[in-house]
Amino acid sequence: MEPIRSENKVTRLKMISLALGPLVLLGLMIGAFLSGGPTKIFQSDLPAVEELHVLRHALAKDEITLEVINAGPDPVTIAQVMVRGAFWYHEISPQRTLDPLKRAQVLIPYPWNVGEPVEILLVTSTGVTFDYGIDVASITPAITLPALARFALLGVYVGVIPVFLGLCWFPFLRRLGKKGLDFFLYLTVGLLAFLVVDALAESLELTEGLPGSFHGPALLVLGVVGTYLFLLGVSYCIQQRQASNTFGPVLSWLIALGIGLHNLGEGLAIGSAYVLGELTLGAMLVLGFAIHNTTEGIAIVSPILQEKFSLKRLMGLGVLAGAPTILGCWMGAFTYSPVWSLFFLAMGAGAILQVIAVIIGQHGIKEILRPLNLTGLLVGYLIMYLTGLWVASS
Amino acid sequence: MRHYINYLLSSKLRQNRSALFCAAGILIIVLALSLAVTFPSTAMMGHGDSEYGLNGLHLRPYMMGTVGDVDHSRLDPTKYLTDVLPSTVSTLPDGRTLRTFEIYAINKEIEIAPGIFFPAWTYNGHVPGPTLRAKEGERIRVNFKNLGDRPHTMHFHGFHAAAMDGSHAHQLVPPQGTFVYEFDADPVGVHLYHCHATPLIQHLHNGLYGLWIVDPKEGRAPAKEMYMIMNGFDPNFDEENEVYAVNTVAFHYNRHPIEVKQNELVRLYLANMLEFDQINSFHIHATFFDYYPTGTQKEPRDYTDTIILGQAERGIIEVRFPEPGDYMFHAHKTEFAERGWMGLFRVMPTDEKTTVQHGHHDLVK
Repeated sequence: MEPIRSENKVTRLKMISLALGPLVLLGLMIGAFLSGGPTKIFQSDLPAVEELHVLRHALAKDEITLEVINAGPDPVTIAQVMVRGAFWYHEISPQRTLDPLKRAQVLIPYPWNVGEPVEILLVTSTGVTFDYGIDVASITPAITLPALARFALLGVYVGVIPVFLGLCWFPFLRRLGKKGLDFFLYLTVGLLAFLVVDALAESLELTEGLPGSFHGPALLVLGVVGTYLFLLGVSYCIQQRQASNTFGPVLSWLIALGIGLHNLGEGLAIGSAYVLGELTLGAMLVLGFAIHNTTEGIAIVSPILQEKFSLKRLMGLGVLAGAPTILGCWMGAFTYSPVWSLFFLAMGAGAILQVIAVIIGQHGIKEILRPLNLTGLLVGYLIMYLTGLWVASS
Repeated sequence: MRHYINYLLSSKLRQNRSALFCAAGILIIVLALSLAVTFPSTAMMGHGDSEYGLNGLHLRPYMMGTVGDVDHSRLDPTKYLTDVLPSTVSTLPDGRTLRTFEIYAINKEIEIAPGIFFPAWTYNGHVPGPTLRAKEGERIRVNFKNLGDRPHTMHFHGFHAAAMDGSHAHQLVPPQGTFVYEFDADPVGVHLYHCHATPLIQHLHNGLYGLWIVDPKEGRAPAKEMYMIMNGFDPNFDEENEVYAVNTVAFHYNRHPIEVKQNELVRLYLANMLEFDQINSFHIHATFFDYYPTGTQKEPRDYTDTIILGQAERGIIEVRFPEPGDYMFHAHKTEFAERGWMGLFRVMPTDEKTTVQHGHHDLVK
């Protein structure tokens, strides 16, 4: 059907002007608003809204560095800095006055002690104070080869090895009958459901720590829904191109990707908690993560049990699911940012949600209600919950 | 390479390849973005000029205090230290001296520490208010005008008629209003005046207080005299002081030491007007002083280096510094000291070969 007015020959110019018209009017209004009159109506004697947020800290010997962002709508000037209740010498770069969303480095030479908490107060020019606490002070690792290696090893222990161990169930699972396979498929759904809940809870927690202007909840929804829809589109395209209904391999890759994103978030959490001194990585904790993550291997191989065995594919899946833990550990340790942690966790949740949707969509919702499948689902969730108890701090 | 690409493009691998590429693509983009955003900001600043102490110790980590200085054209604690409010003097029919002071209350933003501004309520545009000084027995008249935006009063410590108390609700002076306070300079000593409007804590904390000194008829021994009010500020309104000082500005006398001469008699008129905290204290290093509580007695009550004062407690300190050099004075409540209540006496050497004197408390070895 043709557009009704197509014969009136609406010129391109006219279309453009019609599209730009409202924008021009908006520009005129903003111009008028700023250049005088109307703003005065809204002006008040209320003091400027000040909101400073410390994004992260770094500790070197006798030196504390804070990365501060102005998360409010007005410029903020950091006038003085107090450490443990005392005014202290400090240097601020690039400058003391921060425009909205601008960052500054606050360098405080201070003889802090390992293992003690440090309370820092930023005092603005209007006397408003923003406090920041370092729970347990310890040297922030510099990006050196040994440190990289140490955190990579941590990632390997926590993420890579466990996932590959989990993949080793492949031969066992392969020899199970149809019922057994279904059981493990729903066990997978249970495992994944736990990961979704876990990731959502953690990212929700992170939104509370973010300054309001970052719109944490909106970012969370973008991560979850955006990833969900994106992967849905991708899997749809792949399915379209494939004549057969062998959806198993694609599903496996998607699960591996989802778990990989989740493990990236987990690595971030571990790396940053370690650096922030909130986490003492005891042997039990590493073991807890390892056991927890081993079950993820089952989830990855479940959809491809009836496919032809391919070692390359299995290795690829393991790397995709496990290796991001290393990256996460690095990023968490060296460049921790709550914003990115939140976003990765949300993306992981979205990716896994999509996988659950695909599995359930393929088999029909009624399948869940079969006693064996339902048992599998609950057992899967419980396994994650119980192994998660080992990881008390995450 | 070509072989590898062909392999990747072969239909055999297509199903895996697409998903793998997607996954890898997303990861790479996200990681690249995150690293690009976070890495540049992790570069730490270089070190500035370093200072070294005894034995080559690097002093940078030990530099307690504020950074920068305040604008002295608006508030100058050094000037306050020795300034007395000028008065006009006339003789009453009965032969007594009438001393008249002009005081106004006005709102003024003051700088309580370098870069930290506080919306103060002041007498004559300064915190503490100007020092009023008269001789015992003089008739005092204070023409008070309220240029602020809420009711204020002046309440003097000392003898006066109830109508001159400036403390009851009906004695409030409204904005643009005036009141004349009249009373006798009595008793001898170092006293205070302050606003007594409600809410009290706000009117006092906001800066409405000053020294009111009555000199004995015969005068006191010649000395270098200074006025000090220990005060504090709660700029974030959490009922706790963030800034402590003597004469308002944190660490002012650290940055600008008070110069005195070796062995010269120094007389400090000291008062505590600290809000929120129960007590304040005053401590001088490397010397002892005579302390006259409220300055009402001729004999000192104590010979010490530390005194403790509650709010509105005040007294006279008479001290000599036997050796040249920089001597600290501060609240011996370290929290207050580290939040700005700390200063230095810079003792300049005298050429005369005088013996080290300690007043009537000469130390005999």
